[in-house]
Amino acid sequence: MKHFVSGLALAAALAAPAWAQDGETKVIGVSIPAATHGWAGGMNYFAQATVDRLEETYPQLDFVLATASDPAKQVNDIEDMVATRNIDALVVLPFESEPLTGPVQNVKASGAWITVVDRGLSQEGIEDLYVAGDNPGFGRVSGEFMASALPEGGKIVVLRGIPTTIDNERVEGFQAAIEGKNIEVLGMEHGDWNRDKSFTVMQDFLSKHPQIDAVWASDDDMAVGALGAIEAAGRDDIKFVLGGAGMKEMIKRTMDGDAMIPANVTYPPSMIATAIEITAVGLVSQAPVSGDFIIGSVLVTPENAETYYYPDSPF
Amino acid sequence: MSDAAVPAAPRRIRMTVIGPILALVLLVVAGALMNPNFLGWDNVTNVLARSAFIGIIAVGMTFVITAGGLDLSVGSMAAFIAGLMILVMNSLVPSMGVGVPVILVGMAVALLAGLAAGLLNGILITRLGIEAFIVTLGSMGIYRSLVTWLADGGTLSLDFNLRSLYQPVYYGGIFGITWPIIVFALVVLVGEVVMRSTAFGRYCAAIGSNEQVAKYSSVRVDRVRLMTYAALGLLVGIATIMYVPRLGSASSATGMLWELEAIAAVIIGGTVLKGGFGRVWGTVIGVLILTLIGNLLNLTDFVSPYLNGAIQGAIIVLAVVLQREGKAR
Repeated sequence: MKHFVSGLALAAALAAPAWAQDGETKVIGVSIPAATHGWAGGMNYFAQATVDRLEETYPQLDFVLATASDPAKQVNDIEDMVATRNIDALVVLPFESEPLTGPVQNVKASGAWITVVDRGLSQEGIEDLYVAGDNPGFGRVSGEFMASALPEGGKIVVLRGIPTTIDNERVEGFQAAIEGKNIEVLGMEHGDWNRDKSFTVMQDFLSKHPQIDAVWASDDDMAVGALGAIEAAGRDDIKFVLGGAGMKEMIKRTMDGDAMIPANVTYPPSMIATAIEITAVGLVSQAPVSGDFIIGSVLVTPENAETYYYPDSPF
Repeated sequence: MSDAAVPAAPRRIRMTVIGPILALVLLVVAGALMNPNFLGWDNVTNVLARSAFIGIIAVGMTFVITAGGLDLSVGSMAAFIAGLMILVMNSLVPSMGVGVPVILVGMAVALLAGLAAGLLNGILITRLGIEAFIVTLGSMGIYRSLVTWLADGGTLSLDFNLRSLYQPVYYGGIFGITWPIIVFALVVLVGEVVMRSTAFGRYCAAIGSNEQVAKYSSVRVDRVRLMTYAALGLLVGIATIMYVPRLGSASSATGMLWELEAIAAVIIGGTVLKGGFGRVWGTVIGVLILTLIGNLLNLTDFVSPYLNGAIQGAIIVLAVVLQREGKAR
């Protein structure tokens, strides 16, 4: 019976303006990976903060937030949301594209609204709304900064993330942007978005190359590791380290004019907030919200750093 | 193996001893040929200091495994202790100011927390009789979650001024040899002596090879086992004391897979995974082999970085095959 009723409510929700069914509570399920690294930690923080805010703003909305430590757990979470809470909309940041595609498709078949965040599903056309960062753009902005900061050209080393499509797209964007700018990439190694791994990789880069002009760490956690290694080696040939993703400590250093960290490139974990907010707007208002929403990667410099500094976020 | 005139028995013993050393020497020679900086002072100290964390833990692990046990929780334990240490030191800065006392308190916290965590594992295993694998798998998950929770999913960072004061513990040293290397060497020396020339070392081997016989020989099995876990916990605390000043931070990614690296190092070094025989100096060779592989792969462009894990795996298996071959004949 309950199924039938909310089925009706859902049909109404999709067909008619929201104010038509006063008193009917709608449930939005949010499924995201657990806080296993800094960026994900920030994402978790923004997801929780947004849910809190929206529950207060829209009494007719109810939220279920689940964090998963692996793809299998995330599939279970989503199945549970459908079975026990009968969700009207699902906001999902897939752990991995392949294993999540089928389960999300099932949720779609049940009639719920689907918002996919950051990592696309392996089949097109399932999601109603796609909110994502711009990985090739992230690489391109980083590359352009590198080229402008080394006008005479120079020798750089690159720390890459965990081998994934995300990392490949970033590196390709970067390489395209520095092409013909007389910048020589001495070496690229995977630092796995991890401070300790990047510290060791950077130490070995320093042993191997007597002259390095700059480092593209491509992530702020990796930048912290690289900076530690450079500082310990006492090398002064390295002019700067370019991180990325906008960790608050690093934004702060850019804001304070630290010459080693002259800039940052955003890849905001708060994109989960964008996704949840837009989904909620879609459920409670008549505004059409389907489509793609790509959040651009922006260059952060000492001039605009204050706008991107969130001291309360864990990231 | 070229000397056919040597009698069979000594050769057998020699191969198990030489296996890991041979693998290490091969790696060093390969490294020296591939990159002139490999044997440079900076790279050598880098590699040794890097080995110190896993190495200090692996010495403790040698005793646990020799006594027929296992501890999967050391990596998460290190992360948790690092997080706890940073929180305690940061909270003391307003009342005690930035100074050596705060750091000493932090070190004491690390040692106590390590000892307590090790004792907890040991008590659950010996008093309640639960499998070591299950107990430490459980505590692995608990400590990993606790550090994520302490850090609120992000990263815990040591107070900046305190970090500058504390840094010399990782980067400083005497006569150009940094503290982690010195501490590692001391731990190895003590471990080697305890394993070879004390009753405790022999009890560990006895329990590992046959628990019942050890019991009938009036070895206090549970107590010795408990002590191996407690000692390992304490060593994790020591390793953390060296680790925190390096980057001054702890997050849920800290100490990831350290437990497996430590266990691999112990086995490469010739200690038997089922227990009954342990070799502390072998463990040191094992740790050095593991660290050198990573170092070499970074210093050369021979293989795609995607294949690093495969090379690492192959060399680990090879190092063990090299010594088992001697035994089988």
